[in-house]
Amino acid sequence: MRINKKAQAGTMQSSDLIVFVEPADDLTIEIESTVQQQFGHLIETRIKQVLKRLSVEQCRIMISDRGALDYAIDARVEAALRRAN
Amino acid sequence: MIHPQLRRSLLYVPGNMPAMLQNIPIFSCDVCIIDLEDAVPRTEKDTARLLSRRFIEGYTQRNKEVYVRINGLDTPYFRDDLAQILPAMPDGIRLPKCEHPSHLRRIDDLLTEFEEYLGCEIGRFKVIASVESAQGIINVNETARASSRLVALGFSAEDYTANLQIDRPKTGEHLVVPRQLLLMACRAADIQAIDTVWADASDQEGFRRECEHIKVLGFDGKSLINPRQIDVLHEVLAPKPDEIDYALQVVDAIKGAREQGTGVVSLGGKMIDAPVVARAVRVLLSAKSLGLVDTDIDEQVIYGDADS
Amino acid sequence: MSKNSLGREIPDIWRGRVLRPYRDPFSVQPEGPRVARPIRRVNPGDNKLLGSLREAIEASGLRDGMTIGAHHHLRNGDQVLNSVVKEIAAMGIRDIGIASSSIHPVHEVLIPFIRDGVITRIESGVNGRISRMVSTGQLDVPIVTRTHGGRGRAMMCGDIKVDVAFVGAPTCDEYGNICASKGPSACGVVGYSHSDADYADCVIAVTDNLVPYPAFPISIPQTKVDYVVQVDSLGDPSKIVSTTTRVTTDPIGLQIAKYAATVIDLSGLLKTGFSFQTGAGGASLATAANVRDLMRKRGIVGSFGAGGITGYFVDMLEEGLLEALFDVQSFDLKAVASVGRNPAHIEMSADMYANPFNAGCVVNRLDCVVLGAREIDTNFNVNVNTESDGTLNGNTGGHADTAAGAKLAIVVAPSIRARLPIVRDEVTTISTPGETIDAIVTERGVALNSKYQALAPDLRRRGIPVKSIVELRDEIYGITGAPRPIEFTDNIVGLVEYRDGTITDVIRQVKG
Repeated sequence: MRINKKAQAGTMQSSDLIVFVEPADDLTIEIESTVQQQFGHLIETRIKQVLKRLSVEQCRIMISDRGALDYAIDARVEAALRRAN
Repeated sequence: MIHPQLRRSLLYVPGNMPAMLQNIPIFSCDVCIIDLEDAVPRTEKDTARLLSRRFIEGYTQRNKEVYVRINGLDTPYFRDDLAQILPAMPDGIRLPKCEHPSHLRRIDDLLTEFEEYLGCEIGRFKVIASVESAQGIINVNETARASSRLVALGFSAEDYTANLQIDRPKTGEHLVVPRQLLLMACRAADIQAIDTVWADASDQEGFRRECEHIKVLGFDGKSLINPRQIDVLHEVLAPKPDEIDYALQVVDAIKGAREQGTGVVSLGGKMIDAPVVARAVRVLLSAKSLGLVDTDIDEQVIYGDADS
Repeated sequence: MSKNSLGREIPDIWRGRVLRPYRDPFSVQPEGPRVARPIRRVNPGDNKLLGSLREAIEASGLRDGMTIGAHHHLRNGDQVLNSVVKEIAAMGIRDIGIASSSIHPVHEVLIPFIRDGVITRIESGVNGRISRMVSTGQLDVPIVTRTHGGRGRAMMCGDIKVDVAFVGAPTCDEYGNICASKGPSACGVVGYSHSDADYADCVIAVTDNLVPYPAFPISIPQTKVDYVVQVDSLGDPSKIVSTTTRVTTDPIGLQIAKYAATVIDLSGLLKTGFSFQTGAGGASLATAANVRDLMRKRGIVGSFGAGGITGYFVDMLEEGLLEALFDVQSFDLKAVASVGRNPAHIEMSADMYANPFNAGCVVNRLDCVVLGAREIDTNFNVNVNTESDGTLNGNTGGHADTAAGAKLAIVVAPSIRARLPIVRDEVTTISTPGETIDAIVTERGVALNSKYQALAPDLRRRGIPVKSIVELRDEIYGITGAPRPIEFTDNIVGLVEYRDGTITDVIRQVKG
């Protein structure tokens, strides 16, 4: 999937996250999270899984996380990527 | 005979709020209905579908039924709703604005297509449909029989009242006829009847009175918008001790008859027919959920072996 | 270094103090007499009312290296401690220890005085920026957190020697009778200051409501107060007490409360004479609401409610569901109003509340306490001192005291807070030993410790999921994932002292 434009998905409510996506020449992932120390590694893993599933190889993706569980990260990231397509 | 699944409390949960969705496993209601319709703004339908789908996929230790309220058949959203949600295997779909039997036939066909595509058993996805208008009430008898997937009809007083072009009085006298018609149609078609939501979550006393009212009318359950309403509803619908005693006697009589190998079940000289059995089972399920009895319902004892 | 019985590494000596590792809740035996204040003589006509804080500090003889006492009844509205420290600094006095009952965010103005060496020790739990900076190595001041009972004990035993106690007095007369239930800064009671008044060498009442003699009802009597000082204001009354404390409407909290009330119901303790304490948290109060309904329905009259008192317990008292309230700290306006007028609502010192080394404290008479938690481990150990990021932020309060005293100690907590698992392999800090906790109640189910295992079948019959604590942890980790542990340096910045003076845990500086 190609990222053609800027897009975002999600909210700043507790247990949710906001995902921002924009076109880029390479792949960068930026994570800001209330549970960075404990779960930053799992959040990143999950984002990478979604990128791989949707075959996204070039984009800049930034998330601001308020303690979302994996299923919500998965859904919001996919929603943002599809909106940016 | 329909399976006597308890459907007392059907709690709506917004499909775009993770903080609510992930509480579904811990709510004490019988059914959760994840809402993609009214609770989700148009611009958020896509992400709500994905959230709901991913949530249901991960909800493998199901401890209640999960339905998804899709958008109406008159919207551009319902196909995508189904395409995204059904692969996650919810128990069924809650269809809004079901005003004509053809609506049910249409959703039935769509669900069959998806079942074929997903390779699952035809009829796996159940339907609870909502009647929301005067026309819908007029057609309700046909609607109740329009699909074998239909396990219950719900009533939506908000939309019905808007349709009548009146303000909704809390006393509910304007709902007497539609409630009765819907209930009769459900009973005649041997499906469950689910009452409308009580919209004022802060008025617990008003809510309790309405629960008592619909219990008297004979509704099986009620749609809910706030988890705080669950316990009140269950308390009101709790079977009385003599109902429980009678239900236990019915179950004993069935067990006795099974052991003696006779298909004819009688209690106190009276024959026990299928609706009596179904009612007894529901009474016991309800009583058990409230800690009033210990008895586990052994379906084999009640219905015999599946293929016999 | 040696391991205490909770498995925590405790140094033999920390900052010059020899540490005793925690072993168990009840076996430490005290020896010797209580410490005593110097005796004095005040003759007819002698004046105790001084013109300013500075005059009082001068009169007290405070000098370098000494320790001052204070209370936190004014909570985040307190300006007494800030004013006192500013004056001490202005007088050029240094190396002072603060033995308050708690340090709040409002006290962050003390940070420069800590940096400058005016304040060099904090003998209490700390909330807010000071504790965060200490935890992250940006500020160096040793912190010893104590339980409410433990503070009384430490003063009684001389572990903390308070040289000068400053008691914020919402109402006071010129002869030192302190009344906490009246005045613009009324906080109901000053239960935490009674030990200061008993054991400090010098006691100074600081008031913004000086009334003609005698001030009453008397919280602390004239016989224990050396000087009285009038100031413009004790602080911000809007932050002293909550206007109301509310039962939660959060569905998770309500579900927890329903489960917790059922545990209490089935415990056999809920009968005439029932004694009860809860925290002021939403789920704790909701549990109290459910218990109240059960008491009403069955005509049960309890003996007493205790601890920090909320309007909720006042209602139960006035409704006749409880015979009395023992109040160590009034949490809201209703409690403040009640303690001033209802003789069945009794001011209680922290010593009477929870000191394990007097002739018997109130917590020993508790049937049931409902407590909160930041984290719980699979041995039922509870953390209330540190945040999930490892930084200190809080007091143990009466948590460990009531858990040890009550017949049934229930911890209520959501299983997950924004992805953070509350039941986990290891808690960051052990505030309350698991052997004094009887049940963990989350919205996902109840875990029973050994003493109450027999309740499991009855709970299940009532539809409540009963799980082992390990099952509960596994279920929660299944949802959140396993958290990566916080990394710490070897630098110990604080101690977590148990009520008997032994050490349950240390607080280490967070890495990075």
